[in-house]
Amino acid sequence: MNLILITEQVLNGVQFGVMLFLMAAGLTLVFGIMNLVNLAHGSLYMIGAYFATSFYQWSGSFVIGALLALPATLVVGVIVEVVALRTLYDRDHLDQVLATFGLILFFNELVAIVWGRSGLYTSLPEWLSGHVELLPDLRYPLYRLLIIAIGIAVAFLLWYVVTRTRLGMLIRAGASNRAMVAALGINIRLLYTIVFGFGAALAGLAGVMAGPIYAVQPGMGESILIQVFVVIVIGGIGSIRGAMAGALIVGMVDTLGRAFLKPLLALVITPSAAQSAGPALASMLIYLLMAVVLALRPEGLFPERGH
Amino acid sequence: MRGHRGLVVVLAGLALLALVPPVAGMLNQPFYIDLLRRVMILAIAAVSLDLILGYGGMVSFGHAAYLGIGSYSVAVMAFYGIHSGPLQWLVAIGASALVALAIGSVSIRTSGIYFIMITLAFTQMLYFLGISVDEYGGDDGMGLKRLSQFGNLIDLGDPVAFYYLVLAILVLTLVIVHRLVHSRFGMVIRAAKSNEARTRAIGFSPYAYRLVAFVIAGAICGLAGALYVNHTKYLSPHIMHWTISGDIMFMVILGGMGSTAGPVAGALVLLVLENLLSGWTEHWQIIFGPFLVLVVLFAKRGLAGWLAGGRHG
Amino acid sequence: MKPSIRGAIALSVAAMFAVGPAHAADKIKIGFITTLSGPAGIIGKHMKDSVELALQHLGGKVGGLQTEVIFGDDQRKPDVGKQVAEEMLKKDRVDIVAGIIWSNVLLAVAPSVTSAGKIMMSTNAGPHQLAGKECNPLFISSSWQNDQTPEAMGKYMQDQKFNDVYLIAPNYAAGKDMMTGFKRYFKGRIADEVYTKLGQQDYQAELSQLRAKKPKAVFVFLPGGMGIQFVKQYTQAGLRGQIPLYSSYTVDEVTLPALKDAAVGQWETRYWSPDLKNPASQKYVADFRKKFKYTPAYYGSQSYDGIMLIDAAVRATKGNLDAKALMAEMLKADYASTRGKYRYGNNHFPIQNFYLAKAVKGANGVQMQIETTVFSDHRDAYAKDCNM
Repeated sequence: MNLILITEQVLNGVQFGVMLFLMAAGLTLVFGIMNLVNLAHGSLYMIGAYFATSFYQWSGSFVIGALLALPATLVVGVIVEVVALRTLYDRDHLDQVLATFGLILFFNELVAIVWGRSGLYTSLPEWLSGHVELLPDLRYPLYRLLIIAIGIAVAFLLWYVVTRTRLGMLIRAGASNRAMVAALGINIRLLYTIVFGFGAALAGLAGVMAGPIYAVQPGMGESILIQVFVVIVIGGIGSIRGAMAGALIVGMVDTLGRAFLKPLLALVITPSAAQSAGPALASMLIYLLMAVVLALRPEGLFPERGH
Repeated sequence: MRGHRGLVVVLAGLALLALVPPVAGMLNQPFYIDLLRRVMILAIAAVSLDLILGYGGMVSFGHAAYLGIGSYSVAVMAFYGIHSGPLQWLVAIGASALVALAIGSVSIRTSGIYFIMITLAFTQMLYFLGISVDEYGGDDGMGLKRLSQFGNLIDLGDPVAFYYLVLAILVLTLVIVHRLVHSRFGMVIRAAKSNEARTRAIGFSPYAYRLVAFVIAGAICGLAGALYVNHTKYLSPHIMHWTISGDIMFMVILGGMGSTAGPVAGALVLLVLENLLSGWTEHWQIIFGPFLVLVVLFAKRGLAGWLAGGRHG
Repeated sequence: MKPSIRGAIALSVAAMFAVGPAHAADKIKIGFITTLSGPAGIIGKHMKDSVELALQHLGGKVGGLQTEVIFGDDQRKPDVGKQVAEEMLKKDRVDIVAGIIWSNVLLAVAPSVTSAGKIMMSTNAGPHQLAGKECNPLFISSSWQNDQTPEAMGKYMQDQKFNDVYLIAPNYAAGKDMMTGFKRYFKGRIADEVYTKLGQQDYQAELSQLRAKKPKAVFVFLPGGMGIQFVKQYTQAGLRGQIPLYSSYTVDEVTLPALKDAAVGQWETRYWSPDLKNPASQKYVADFRKKFKYTPAYYGSQSYDGIMLIDAAVRATKGNLDAKALMAEMLKADYASTRGKYRYGNNHFPIQNFYLAKAVKGANGVQMQIETTVFSDHRDAYAKDCNM
């Protein structure tokens, strides 16, 4: 019984980790290659969720909604890159943090004006709302399994693109030596726009999948954004491998902390003390983890060399 | 505030601030005393951030932590019946310095984006700690039953007296930061910002110098926190929210990084603009957001650069 | 004998002077503070729209006086709320400050208003401090004390003789207050009491823990986006049909548009619901839907009530805007409230009915429907700590 619960919570941790990974992959690529800290990445996630929900409502099909939302988010990403972010690549991180913070305010308000301040309604289509009996006594929601599957597929796709294709080669080259790539006659601007659009689409994908389970409302990007930053900082910025590892670690630590910290604490301190200390500690856990990782390895677990 | 003209602008600005209470009194508009007192308190926080950000190149995305520590020090002592102002404020400064020492000693080992994020992480921890501590109101926060007491010296309940005290502390902060950055200590800090390897080569360890600057900035900001909780008469953990850190950072950028008095102008413009825009439309953030972007893109030297005039440096 | 006569004369002269400056005003200014920007702005919209509807119903004249309502946005931050209030008091010179969604904002704002000698009327937040030890003669609520709604749920579940109830709330002050309120009336066995991170999005881990405990019922307090997420995920986890879900301030007309079918079968306690049958409420809901094209939540009805209460008090004082005189009239609650008749307790919080409502599919999509009255004339638990 207890083992079943632990297995279920580990699955929950993996699922949350996969969600974080989809966000983190785009963010870390953009950071690694363009050296851009993009706080507005969460806004793209929000826009993905809004597009998917609107297209779903309009077409009546979840799949069509998702398929339309991805290119739409990509387009928004490209527009944002061309209009605002392009000029920020050569600026320091401080300028980037502030300008993209401004973009968050803008997008939250824009979404509120276009779709209204109350959230949008989505639910799962019938065929996705069932459960799968993984083990006797362990029924797991089909949709969450699908999230895990898509996340792993995207991870493999990314790995393939980055290590096996020409685009990936340019991305890796761009991350380690930008000037050299430009000197070789590569259109670096175009490369940047492609990478940014790609990252936006990944954030959009996370948003699409979040739509049916989370609240689709203005500001939904911020709550996940800070956790995603924790992920890429723990993993080592610019590294896809690091993003994957960081996402799984953060997803697992956060989930297991929420589930088991209180009962574990209750073994060593009084139940009433555990009642108040458990949740407080659980909400600080990932930040604590990040501080410890950075104290021991100031460049994260999988540092990417050079710029 | 480079050169002669800079000094004139700063002095004129401070003189104008000093004139606010009598003018507001004459116009029978005491609200402006309140508004500008809030501006000046947050300006003190911004000036302290500028010390490490503008001069030291340390982009702390967690400066609101010290506003929080300063506020909590005063409010918690008042909660236990200790109302002595000097004691409360000393504890606020000391506690903030200690927290800054702890955060700084870990954070300064990192650099770039890692530094930004680790300072953010520590402040998030303090924020979640604040909302979980039921004794001091948790997320609700708690009222400050009595203002910090200074005997017959000064009564913070008198808005004008409190105003001038804040102004005096602001001036003192400006003088301290100005002298610091122009001392040998400040030279090392600034040198380490522009070229760490060379600083090391000429025999200075940037780590220790940076840490000291980080602690001083934290301590000053802690005092701002002590003032802030007296200003609002209310303690709230939301003072440590990451958006407040962002606001303080923006005051520095808007005012002009690495200019001692720039952040004061930044705080003034930011808060007054926010006040005006939010009174005008509920969708004010759709104007305010792009304003942030434009300032960052096109007004690199901030208000200070503009006020000081000249096209060079 | 003589001195006392002189005393009496002095008193009556003083009384004359006290009444003296109370000549009728020709204009009333009301400051209305709520959260208009940011994600929580939706609640502010319900409130602001309701104030505007109230003004329309009054022909733009509160208490027959020329009326100006100044709206302020607190951005959900206590210090900003306080500054907005100071501006209203000192610059705009409002006669009354009303509104405020959040307990922490109200706790920061109320002392500024009352110490300036003006009336603070909360049209939503009802923190226990202001109901008990820190009650104030110039404070009044047109809504409820925070604990009352979960108390009603506790009472109902106690009456149903539930056992093994699983409690979930966010880990912050209001979350704990709500659970305290629930436990004040619920004496059955509690399976577990879980506090989640404020603003949490994913509750899958909590749902797994919950399922493992096999409770008989679940009671949650998860306002706003948290509630949308939890209720959706609860339904998706297949728990909806297995374990009944009860809540307070979680499923309402603000979150229903985002929840729709996921909420069907949900139980909530509340003091007002759009389906409440009385003329004032029916007029309010019908005109509100006509004007703004959505269904108001209690945030709206109590803001509408707030303006109507001010209107009644100003009429009763014949335009005298002195705070004490107005308050004395307000406490009579002599107006057509959308909740029906109610009265005020010593701490200036309403003593009113609480109902159990259920989310059902109806003419206007998924809507709340009152099932039964849980409390009649319910007084909050903190009134006894208030010595007024």
